[in-house]
Amino acid sequence: MKGFLAIYLREILLLKKRIFRVLLSFSINPLLYIFAFGIGLGKNISIGGKTYLEFLIPGLIAATSMFQAFAINIEINISRFYLKTFEEFQASPLSYFSYALGEILSGVTRAFLSTLIILLISFLTGVKLYLNFYFFLTIFLNAFVFASLGLTSAMIIKSHADQALITNFIITPMMFLGGTFFPTENLPSLIKPFIEILPLTITSNILRNIALNKSFDFSYLIILFFIALFSFILAFYSLKGAKD
Amino acid sequence: MSAPVLKVENLVKRYGSLYALNGASFEIKEKELFALLGPNGAGKTTILRIIAGLTNPTSGKVYIFQKNLFKNLIWAKSQIGIVPQHINLDLELTVEENLILHGLLYKMSLSLIKKRIDELLEFADLKERKYSKIKELSGGLKRRVLIIRALMHQPKILLLDEPTAGLDPHIRRKIWSFIKNIQARGTTVLLTTHYMDEAENLADRVGFIFSGKIIDIDNPQNFINRLGNYAVDVYFFDQLKTFYFNDKNEAEKELIKYSKNYFVSLRKITLEDVFLQYVEKRL
Repeated sequence: MKGFLAIYLREILLLKKRIFRVLLSFSINPLLYIFAFGIGLGKNISIGGKTYLEFLIPGLIAATSMFQAFAINIEINISRFYLKTFEEFQASPLSYFSYALGEILSGVTRAFLSTLIILLISFLTGVKLYLNFYFFLTIFLNAFVFASLGLTSAMIIKSHADQALITNFIITPMMFLGGTFFPTENLPSLIKPFIEILPLTITSNILRNIALNKSFDFSYLIILFFIALFSFILAFYSLKGAKD
Repeated sequence: MSAPVLKVENLVKRYGSLYALNGASFEIKEKELFALLGPNGAGKTTILRIIAGLTNPTSGKVYIFQKNLFKNLIWAKSQIGIVPQHINLDLELTVEENLILHGLLYKMSLSLIKKRIDELLEFADLKERKYSKIKELSGGLKRRVLIIRALMHQPKILLLDEPTAGLDPHIRRKIWSFIKNIQARGTTVLLTTHYMDEAENLADRVGFIFSGKIIDIDNPQNFINRLGNYAVDVYFFDQLKTFYFNDKNEAEKELIKYSKNYFVSLRKITLEDVFLQYVEKRL
């Protein structure tokens, strides 16, 4: 437990030291998307009887929490290849489980911070969202999935340069296809089943249904839980294999 | 004779066809300061990394207090403190924060962590730097923080990888004094260095390592005595040649003989001469 705390506390201390920079960087992308797509492009568009902005914001929360949770891979890369602080953890009697949990929960914390910023922006733009326990549980599971994948990718790659490849080939396409900006029903039937099973699509759909006060399929939340569990196992084994 | 605290047996580490270690073996006694001395790329750091559990060996065994390191890795890690060559502290965090995080990694209680921080800052003369960010410290101070961080959990064995590399001479001497005091408090120390004066000043015993193999182990003074007492350096036009003598008169005769045509000097033999002899033999 103390070992896990050391990892989590380190990330939180570093986050605290850079809090203004971090909050600013967390705000830029959502603000741009809200202004460009929500207010600019989507001003006269309505989906399912709701304004485009109301449609967009839950998807944006899903996508931003994904990005911020996955972004722990950057910190881990710096720790591994540049600062070498990763060796301090490797030399300690810390279990792989504790290390993985500490890093992943720090990613979840980043995801919640970015979520709070978008909720604040949506409040300021007059968009009313319905929030409940399941809304935040879904964000937690989504962030857990992508923080685990972030840790996995940080353990697999061999240099900083490889990191951009993973983001460009997996995370960015997922953001654009995973129900953030348009309903996945509009996708061609050939790729629709694959897209709908992606964790981001599941998260966007659940968050959107809750935020717009509609019912949601609980089985999707269970699927998301199992994806989170599988992602954690993947992160655990990739961490084990990272030893020289 | 008491059982060794650390025993390295026929350690091999291979990267493809390249051997970083090629059957290295040695033992360290309790409270001893043992130095691994060798040129860059000889395998010194690889040995330390294997003992610290950072690298898996290709073959060979390591015993800590007679227990197999690889079968008792978590336990062994709690017995060892490692000071790496590079400063792997969190630069944006303070000295205190770095030490707290280390204590938590080693599952120490918060009260014990605070007690150890105060003790170690006092010991390292860093009390006023408790709340300084690491990035604000000089190279020598960062190195001292790195060493006390490794001592936080009171390890029985301290591994120091090139502890004074790149430091100014007066800072190096401060670090030497610091390391000797750590040993005096009962910690067994294994250090790697390519500075001959460092090994000569600090080590109880020295192991010369070349191409991944320990080729000889002895006390620094015994190594020197094997060569003699005095060295005469003769600066020939194409090379510097050194002659070794037990007797000062003989050394002075040689000095006079060559002084007519070449620049010459007389001095005491050092560990560097021993090292150079090994290098010459290997060439």
